[in-house]
Amino acid sequence: MSEQQIAKQLSLWEQGPMERELQARGERKESFATPSGIEVKRLYTPLDLEQAGQDYNRDLGYPGQFPFTRGKDPLGYRANHWLFMQYAGFGDAAEANKRYRYLLAHGGTGISIALDLPTQLGLDSDDPLADGEVGRIGVALDSLQDLETVFDGIPLDQPRQISLVANAMSSVGLAMFVALAKKQGVDPAKITLRIQNDILKEFISRGTYIYPPGPSLRLSCDLIEYCARNHPNWLPLTLCGYHLREAGSDAVQEVAISLADGLAYLDEVAERGVDLEKVLPQLSAFMSVNMNFMEEIAKFRVMRRLWARLAKERYGVKDPDKLGLALVNFTAGSSLTAQQPMNNVVRVAIECLAGVLGGCQSLFPCSYDEAFCTPTEESVKLALRTQQIIAHESGLADTIDPLGGSYFLESLTEQIEAKVRELLDETEKQGGAVKCIENQWFRRQIDESAYEWQKKVDAGEQVVVGVNAFTEDVEPAIEIFRPPVEAQQRQINKLKTLRASRDPDLVEAALNKVAAAAREGSNTIPAMVEAVEAYATIGEICGTMAQVFGLYRESGL
Amino acid sequence: MARKRRVLMAKPGLDGHDRGARIVSMGLRDAGYEVIYTGRRVTPAQIVSAAIQEDVDLIGLSILSGAHMTLFGKTLDLLSEQGAGDIPVFGGGIIPPDDAIKLKKMGVKEIFGPGTSLPAIVAALEQHLPPANGG
Repeated sequence: MSEQQIAKQLSLWEQGPMERELQARGERKESFATPSGIEVKRLYTPLDLEQAGQDYNRDLGYPGQFPFTRGKDPLGYRANHWLFMQYAGFGDAAEANKRYRYLLAHGGTGISIALDLPTQLGLDSDDPLADGEVGRIGVALDSLQDLETVFDGIPLDQPRQISLVANAMSSVGLAMFVALAKKQGVDPAKITLRIQNDILKEFISRGTYIYPPGPSLRLSCDLIEYCARNHPNWLPLTLCGYHLREAGSDAVQEVAISLADGLAYLDEVAERGVDLEKVLPQLSAFMSVNMNFMEEIAKFRVMRRLWARLAKERYGVKDPDKLGLALVNFTAGSSLTAQQPMNNVVRVAIECLAGVLGGCQSLFPCSYDEAFCTPTEESVKLALRTQQIIAHESGLADTIDPLGGSYFLESLTEQIEAKVRELLDETEKQGGAVKCIENQWFRRQIDESAYEWQKKVDAGEQVVVGVNAFTEDVEPAIEIFRPPVEAQQRQINKLKTLRASRDPDLVEAALNKVAAAAREGSNTIPAMVEAVEAYATIGEICGTMAQVFGLYRESGL
Repeated sequence: MARKRRVLMAKPGLDGHDRGARIVSMGLRDAGYEVIYTGRRVTPAQIVSAAIQEDVDLIGLSILSGAHMTLFGKTLDLLSEQGAGDIPVFGGGIIPPDDAIKLKKMGVKEIFGPGTSLPAIVAALEQHLPPANGG
């Protein structure tokens, strides 16, 4: 059928049945738009793709090949399902170990280690600032000893992937894994370790930075460089859109800012002479799956395609088929409601579907009780079951990119990419991601989006079921998880015993090497591995570096 | 001219999730308040000294990490120790219902959980303030 024939039939429909219904009933709203402000038309047809100039081979192509619009893997989920991940870890290392064993026994295929805030910020558990936070939102890792306990009875090569949510102290985390692999006698080449290591987004959204942006970027790049030279199969950087989205950005900003951050790391690593052809295939992106189903799916396709295009354009990559970005999708915590919490089970299921239809490599579902507390064992299990139902019962995993070719989806994909490119151009004009962090431009963009969204919800323009519509006077009570209160004291006691049992000269010598590497500008990781092996604590190692780099303090609003 | 009502918005502890604190700050600003936001990672002592120095009418605390019992408690204790126990304190974040009841018994005036609208927050805070002098 030719375009002209379609156009002719379309206009007959528009003037006929459509117009009659419009006159007779009208529509629910005057206009429809996605949350990132893209107008949603009444109907999409092949003409929209024609108008957007979409060219199948150039813009969609084939799975596992540049530009990866239809997926990263040539076999999609026909070979393996995505990794069923659960973000878990609380209390002390022994409790975390118990929970990881439980998840692995119930069919979980990957482990993601959540760290408590003191650890993420490089503070020992007995630091006065850590009071009340030890073991709260993750496990405390004061030293290598704690990681040994976390993996007691779990060889590092048993889970298909281990991921560590570490950013400001990612290099110390990496050093601990290097040391543990040695101790367990496991070949590092058989371990798949993913370290988040995206410090730039911490300044824009999540807030767990230690040092100022400059030295922070350097440490992240030390890790990337070290992995490229020593453990080329590890995953040294995950570009994080998730936290930007949770901070209130829209889907377009989520993609644009995380891509801009990604370019900042690669520019720096390239300057050090690291072979980018080795690094690029190891990168992944950690993205939010929010509630607007089609916009989210389109967003994932844009994230993969645009990253591949940018990397190819900017770094002159020889083999663009290696530029497939692995997507780690996490359902949106901020879409969960405290009101009528069981409704969150449905939200999580919808978001998981979008994550899968977007072609993710790993998927983390939230648990329905997360608007109140760290999830209970039951709610975590239900979240895992949600993925299993999608994987085994829905049939969506049986063909690659089942929604590819949807007029609406393809149209959204083209429009989102164009909007992201505009924002990226603006970022470049301002001097790149680090500049836009320093001058707070990213934060202002996100604040505006967050505030607009809140006002729409407050005004009832955006319905959130149970919150501003279909509310109930009496809220059902749900079971609340309580991290064991003794965890903090137990952790502190363990730390004190450790400090008394180490060889102090060995620790001091190792810390001096860390300081020297930090001062001299050489790669800090080898010195950190030595320090970790001497059982230097996270507080000692990060404190040593803070003496060289200084601590970062943000200004107010 | 009447002085604007002043509120100190603070993120005690180590938690960096400040979307809530920032949105509430913007909302209160649009509702006519003068808002002083501390930025992230401040100690109870820093909050109390800023509150006294800035002579605020209200203090808002936001925590999502679960450390609310410890940090709200410390802030309230320090406020009364320093003779500023009359400044109303409100809070928000990821706070289980039982804890919200306990915090109110400890003296926190309002706890705003996820899903609370900005107009509801503004209306609730009005009740804890003396009428603006001069109007």
